[in-house]
Amino acid sequence: MTTQAELVEIAHLRRARNLIDTQFAEPLDVPALARAAFMSPSHFSRRFRAIYGETPYGYLMTRRIERAKALLRRGDLSVTEVCVAVGCTSLGSFSTRFTQLVGASPSAYRGQDHAAAAYVPGCVARYGTRPSRV
Amino acid sequence: MDLTLSHTFLNVHDIDLALAFYRDVLELDVHTDVTMDDFRWVTVSPRSQPDLEIGLMNPYMGPGAPDADAVLTLTAKGSMNGLIFATPDVDADFEKIRAAGAEVLQEPITQPYGVRDCAFRDPSGNMIRLSQSS
Repeated sequence: MTTQAELVEIAHLRRARNLIDTQFAEPLDVPALARAAFMSPSHFSRRFRAIYGETPYGYLMTRRIERAKALLRRGDLSVTEVCVAVGCTSLGSFSTRFTQLVGASPSAYRGQDHAAAAYVPGCVARYGTRPSRV
Repeated sequence: MDLTLSHTFLNVHDIDLALAFYRDVLELDVHTDVTMDDFRWVTVSPRSQPDLEIGLMNPYMGPGAPDADAVLTLTAKGSMNGLIFATPDVDADFEKIRAAGAEVLQEPITQPYGVRDCAFRDPSGNMIRLSQSS
């Protein structure tokens, strides 16, 4: 049986993940996230990965790329504006990471046909379009 | 066929904590709260939908027990879907629910597809979204 203590630990990890989901545009780092989960940074990283299948930093980056995709689908923002809006400070590493995860560069993705997106609620698209590295 | 939704279910790890959230914070009415042997059957209903029962199920009670660890772990991770309530005033409700100490998942935002919504998690990790049409 999963103990109450284990469920409490998972809930702490979930709250740290909420922080990534809502504050992704801020300069978040692992020590700040670990504090939100009441854990040391190394223990936090290990447990987060065990529960969610990717590191806290990896989750932060896939969240940022998912948000970047949503902003690029609008079509009225430049790649640089999107990069800054999702909390990335280097355009080069943003573009490299985006291309790795999405399979197209940010500008190529922006140019694709996104007509289907108009029918998917944002809160659903958020989960459905977050790139996965697993 | 002429179907009406009468019951829907949420998995919760602690029924009293769930009641404190759904009854005291979301102001749902308790429709049924009975105990048979070790099985407690609790349902809550929106005031405007007294015939719709939302069952607060602790999976350790009853035939789901072998799967309860997996179900509650997934719920605690925030991996399960939840409920969406319609409201005439999402901003006022958000402030009340936040003031009660609930876990905020999304502050009120106006979505491009025409609703204004916000999101919380219940004490077990189920997502609860409030949505106001414009």
